[in-house]
Amino acid sequence: MIDWTGYLPLILQGAWVTAQLTVYGCALAFAVAFAAGLGRLSRHGIVRALASVYIEFFRGTSIFVQLFWVYFVLPLFGLTLTPLEAGVLALGLNVGAYAAEVVRGAILTVPKEQYEACTALNLTRRQSLRHIVLPQAFVVMLPTFGNNAIELLKGTAVVSLISLADLTFQAQVVRAQTGSTAFPFLSILLIYFLFALLISLATRGLERRLARGLDGARA
Amino acid sequence: MDWDWSFVWEILPALLQGVVITIKATILGTALALVLGLVFALLRRSRRRAVAVPVASLVEFVRGTPLLVQLYFLFYVLPDLGILLPPLGAGVIGFGVHYATYMSEVYRAGIDNVARGQWEAAKACNLTTAQTWRHIILPQAIPPMIPALANYFVAMFKETPLLSAITVLELMNQARSVANFNYRYLEPMTLVGAFFLAISLVSVAGLRMLERRYGRLN
Repeated sequence: MIDWTGYLPLILQGAWVTAQLTVYGCALAFAVAFAAGLGRLSRHGIVRALASVYIEFFRGTSIFVQLFWVYFVLPLFGLTLTPLEAGVLALGLNVGAYAAEVVRGAILTVPKEQYEACTALNLTRRQSLRHIVLPQAFVVMLPTFGNNAIELLKGTAVVSLISLADLTFQAQVVRAQTGSTAFPFLSILLIYFLFALLISLATRGLERRLARGLDGARA
Repeated sequence: MDWDWSFVWEILPALLQGVVITIKATILGTALALVLGLVFALLRRSRRRAVAVPVASLVEFVRGTPLLVQLYFLFYVLPDLGILLPPLGAGVIGFGVHYATYMSEVYRAGIDNVARGQWEAAKACNLTTAQTWRHIILPQAIPPMIPALANYFVAMFKETPLLSAITVLELMNQARSVANFNYRYLEPMTLVGAFFLAISLVSVAGLRMLERRYGRLN
């Protein structure tokens, strides 16, 4: 029996990298999702077209290919990224494209009367979006955002293939050094699962809090 | 770095070999996922808690962990237990089981969508449970599911590059090896991206058609 307790710190280091990737990736995805989702609903044709091209492109190609493209091809154009930056960029843009559709869909679920009421109250477009539409749409977005975040978490495993020392990478290191397979892979499966559980509990909690006072307005 | 067409023609045959493997893996994986997904969905509805609860936990666990790690698990851990799978076999099983958990949710939604009265009517007509499923429930439940299931087919297709991590020589792996061999990444990587984009744009058009034909599952 190989003593694998010595390898636990390595796995935990990997968990830290995975957590960082997930948090930064989600932050980028969140920003991009709102930019592209609102862009698709813009009055200006050019903005709508740009947002659509971005969304279709990133949803249409594989995350794996995007990551390799960012990491191996961008340097040829003079933009060299560290593996962490490349990972955050690829994951954020990929998941952001999916989440942009969620933003768009949720905004469309806000009933028409709400917009009419905004006009009647003489709110500007920006004011009605900020104070009326988004607070209601956001609650609708949250559960799907939770799923998107879990997708992103699972996507981080792919980053190990561009030599970033995340959980999956460290498990491979442990396998290579000890020849033991069950311990590293079972333990990282468990850690991923715990992370996913954490995300879904957090979104559920947030959803309950934000839904307060919005009863009846929810789709 | 400039785009070199002669290099593109040179590497195209190798990439096409990869395409064949990619398509093969996707089709086999989808077939497995379609069957297993239905099995998961039916077992989860079982009245026996000893069956329903473990299946539900398994589905949640598989859905909450990365496919890549599951592939590694199949490829590296199972041989230690005496089960030696070829790379493509491990890949197909990994994809099949992973996507079956997603598809089981589609089946569940589709089955729940069939009105309760249909069950009652089947009982009133003295049909057995098996007859009810076969002749009443599934024929109504399956058509609205088709677009959602096709959606997962496309999603799986886009995830097949993961197979390169367990040494399957699919498109991505072929592209990477020609890129490493020639030390030119621009053309192979871009071709892979273009190929996936082309296939997925075509399949999105196909999906829209399916949605129009069969309607959309809520």
